[in-house]
Amino acid sequence: MESLQLLVSGLANGCVYGLIALGFVLIYKATEALNFAQGDMMMLGAFVTLGLTNDHYWALPFWVSVPIALLLMGAFGYVLEITLLRRMSGQSQIAVVVLTVALGFIIRFLAGAIWGHEPQSLESPIAGVNVRFAGLVLGLDEVAVILVTIVLTGLLYLGFARTRLGLAMQAASQNQLAAYYMGIPVKRVSALIWCLSGVVATAAGILLASKGSIDPNSGLLGIKAFAAAVIGGLGSLPGALLGGLVIGVIEPFAARYVAAGFSQVVPYAVLLLVLIIRPSGILSQIREKKV
Amino acid sequence: MSLLELEDVTISFGGLTAVESASFAVNPGEVFALVGPNGAGKSTIFNLVSRYCTPSGGDIRFEGKSILGCAPHDIPRLGIARTFQNIELFEHATVLQNLLIGRHTHRQSNAISEILHLPGVRSEERRHRLAAEMVIDFLDLQPYRESLIMGLPYGVRKIVELGRALAVEPMLLLLDEPASGLSAEETDEVAFWIEDIRQVMGITVLMVEHDMGLVSSVSDRVLALADGKTLAIGTPQEVQTNPAVIEAYIGLGDDGANE
Repeated sequence: MESLQLLVSGLANGCVYGLIALGFVLIYKATEALNFAQGDMMMLGAFVTLGLTNDHYWALPFWVSVPIALLLMGAFGYVLEITLLRRMSGQSQIAVVVLTVALGFIIRFLAGAIWGHEPQSLESPIAGVNVRFAGLVLGLDEVAVILVTIVLTGLLYLGFARTRLGLAMQAASQNQLAAYYMGIPVKRVSALIWCLSGVVATAAGILLASKGSIDPNSGLLGIKAFAAAVIGGLGSLPGALLGGLVIGVIEPFAARYVAAGFSQVVPYAVLLLVLIIRPSGILSQIREKKV
Repeated sequence: MSLLELEDVTISFGGLTAVESASFAVNPGEVFALVGPNGAGKSTIFNLVSRYCTPSGGDIRFEGKSILGCAPHDIPRLGIARTFQNIELFEHATVLQNLLIGRHTHRQSNAISEILHLPGVRSEERRHRLAAEMVIDFLDLQPYRESLIMGLPYGVRKIVELGRALAVEPMLLLLDEPASGLSAEETDEVAFWIEDIRQVMGITVLMVEHDMGLVSSVSDRVLALADGKTLAIGTPQEVQTNPAVIEAYIGLGDDGANE
């Protein structure tokens, strides 16, 4: 029973990692850029929601704040692309990495300046409610995290595979020049991807902040999420979720069964192992093997 | 009315004038070729027409309307498709997927019905698949339908790129050196296809080509360029015997250019 309980809370954590990893993968899939500010965008999205909804700030109803925050953060992602990242086209991937790392620092500083550096919890209707299910005590927040993640991953996966915009994104990532002459507005597509990843990051942030607490440094979770994206295979949306779940589940078990100093290292040890055994990740590029 | 019209088009890169007051008109249903030595400005004219570059002077009109206000991604919607000298395909996709992306401007369904895969979307997809299959049949690409581009030989990629441009169903097809790097047999096949593209599909063709054999066998009119300036315009025979053209291809006179 105890391991089941650990498993569920691990899965819930893993879903948050998975959602942040989805943001990494979205941007990587569509523009081949790595956004190391993804974790910080998650944190900012959480704080924006918290700022709108907590009694201490604007005290708007939770279900009003959520769409506003998603909208604001989508716009934030869009503006980031058209003002900063668009100028980086033609630059090396490393230049983009450095830019986004710096962006992460700026966001962290801004969030600290506006909302303070103390951990705060989002006052959401799903926080602190327990449900009993088959002898397990589950937090409603944990159940919500798992459900929202499954739905979002599914929608994004289908969106990429089936919609006109999704196909345009895939085409633009493979060959920009050719994509233009297939009638794909490549620049607008990249801006939309950043908008979308801002929205996904905010969803992750809202879930994280209602499950526990959030402070400006929570954005550093992005590192774990990046590991999750790599484990799952950068470029695969279901892979991102899978990678997130792997890391999320390993953590509580490692904390329970591995000596205190080492438990933190276990997720990265798994990352190393995956990189050695299956360098392109668990789910990614299986297709390439056919060649 | 001519389909495509260039009027006094000039463009310079830094101090170099790549194209100097080029004026010509391509009539509907004709095959029009641009020839000239390397650096003559042929590809630049292609890039101007496909709106990759903007001229410093002059006007470019398609169906009588100026297209200088259009972005590159508006070009296929106008009815212009192009190929590239260095083949620009979606490498990690299959031949069929590449052709289907060519149908992008013809897709109309919205995101929600696409995610739900509603019957309307399915019938639209069948229509695009049919259009792609017709191109596959036309270019004999059946053996490669499900192959990834990155594993294909050069000659096949060249044909896939032509196929993808045809999947756009353009009025005007821009072919940038369709025979470069191809064997003699493959070049003959390209000549045969260009003939069919014009006659069966009714598509007007503007092409850049070095192979004078191919140019004279398929083109109605030829424009010869050197150093960005127009040397001659006329039938392949007229242009090949033009003294200024022969001069520009020093050492490659009438016979040499036919090799």
